[in-house]
Amino acid sequence: MKAILRKLTILFVGALLPALTYAADNHESAVSTHDKSEEFNVRDFILEHIADAYTWHITKIGEHDIAVPLPVIVRSHNSGWQVFMSSALAEGKHYKGLYISESEQYKGKIVELTDVGKEVRPLDISITKNVFTLILSAVILIFLILFVAKSYKGGFAVKSKFVCFMEMFIMMIHDDVIKPCVGKHYKEYAPYLLTLFFFIFINNMMGVIPIFPFGANLTGNIAFTFVLALVTFVIVNVSGTREYWKEIFWPDVPMPLKFPVPFFPLLELISVFTKPFALMIRLLANMMAGHTIVLGLVCMIFLTTSMGRAANTSLTFVSVILSVFISFVELLVAFIQAYIFTLLSAVYIGLAKAEPHHK
Amino acid sequence: MSLLVPDSGLLFWMVFIFGIVVFVLARFGFPVILKMVDERKAFIEDSLLMAEKARTELEKVKADSEVIIDNARKEHLRIINESNLLKEQLVKEAKVKAEQEAAKVIEEARVKIVSEKDAAMREIRREVAALSVDIAEKVLKSKLASGDEQEEMINKLLDEITISKS
Repeated sequence: MKAILRKLTILFVGALLPALTYAADNHESAVSTHDKSEEFNVRDFILEHIADAYTWHITKIGEHDIAVPLPVIVRSHNSGWQVFMSSALAEGKHYKGLYISESEQYKGKIVELTDVGKEVRPLDISITKNVFTLILSAVILIFLILFVAKSYKGGFAVKSKFVCFMEMFIMMIHDDVIKPCVGKHYKEYAPYLLTLFFFIFINNMMGVIPIFPFGANLTGNIAFTFVLALVTFVIVNVSGTREYWKEIFWPDVPMPLKFPVPFFPLLELISVFTKPFALMIRLLANMMAGHTIVLGLVCMIFLTTSMGRAANTSLTFVSVILSVFISFVELLVAFIQAYIFTLLSAVYIGLAKAEPHHK
Repeated sequence: MSLLVPDSGLLFWMVFIFGIVVFVLARFGFPVILKMVDERKAFIEDSLLMAEKARTELEKVKADSEVIIDNARKEHLRIINESNLLKEQLVKEAKVKAEQEAAKVIEEARVKIVSEKDAAMREIRREVAALSVDIAEKVLKSKLASGDEQEEMINKLLDEITISKS
């Protein structure tokens, strides 16, 4: 094992690094010829990669983009519903008045021009990179869990290793997170919370794998976390007991703190909204930060091309080592964030199920 | 800050797809798994209880059988002892009886011997008496031809008798 590792390292340093630096050289020249800009723009590079996109850009060989086109579904103000492949908009092309904006406000989004020449967004439900990932992960997850569920139909016979592993995983979340956090009524909420956990987890994991069709920054997208937080918010407040609402509007604090000026009730009311908001931002920020760090480290390779071969090669080595390390951390974070989101959702539901204190 | 503004298209798909995922998994996925795991847990608990019960029962049966075996062994010992005693007694009795019998036979034999002896003695005496009478007759017939001799004879005999008697 050690010997293999050493050989791989030598191979890597000997063959791959020059190739990488060569690629970086090429990229540099391509960028400079394309944009006529002197500096490789790290900020744009990273933002472009963590943002959503209409095509799945894989690489660029010479002047040609290698990208997987994805379907665009828009409802134009001028021409109604339009469904076409995003390759029709590649490299600034227009399709029936629709094009990808370069302006500050709608950068990278499909826009069209109104009669007065103003850019507006059509109603846009395209299957973007993130939507594609979302559908893919949903299909994988549904198949996975239904497969596991199906294998339980045959009685108590010994299951395959994979099913046993999944059972262990599911029961860990169920017994260690949901049961103690939600409390007495955990049975009603367990299916939703388990779905929540595995949905976040599988999407996080798919974000960590950098090869097509994975690697989209879906869980680092606000729309994703917003919907999850919203669902949790609705469930928490719909299942709130009388005691829960009483504790918000008439908490157990000295009278002056709640009567003439409802200071505590106000605080409590704010916390009703900050809880899901914190859920939303936490997942978003963690996943986005992970992607950003890896991308930033990769950028180091391109940034140092101008510093000469030697510096570039050595920094490439450092960058790759660090990227690998951060990717492992990301694997951990992928689990931890899914775990925390589920845990806190369970805790909030548990709090909403508050029962009157025993006096 | 486009990163913090949710995109309507993605929002739409997210609601739609997450809705489907929750619907499918929270209805046909996880409840099935949780139910089966619960059922299996109950089944295992039941089985353990039953095994425990069976074990205690087995132990009870074992203890019972041991008691039975113990009793049988005691009984067996008792019977052997009894038979031993009986045997000894029988042997003793037999011995005593045999001795008695033997003594009786000996006694009878002795009595018979004595009586036989007496009878024999009597016979001998009678024979001797008869013989002596005969002898006396013959002697008397031959010797009593002359008077003197007779006298002498008588005296001689008388002497003899008296001598033998004294």
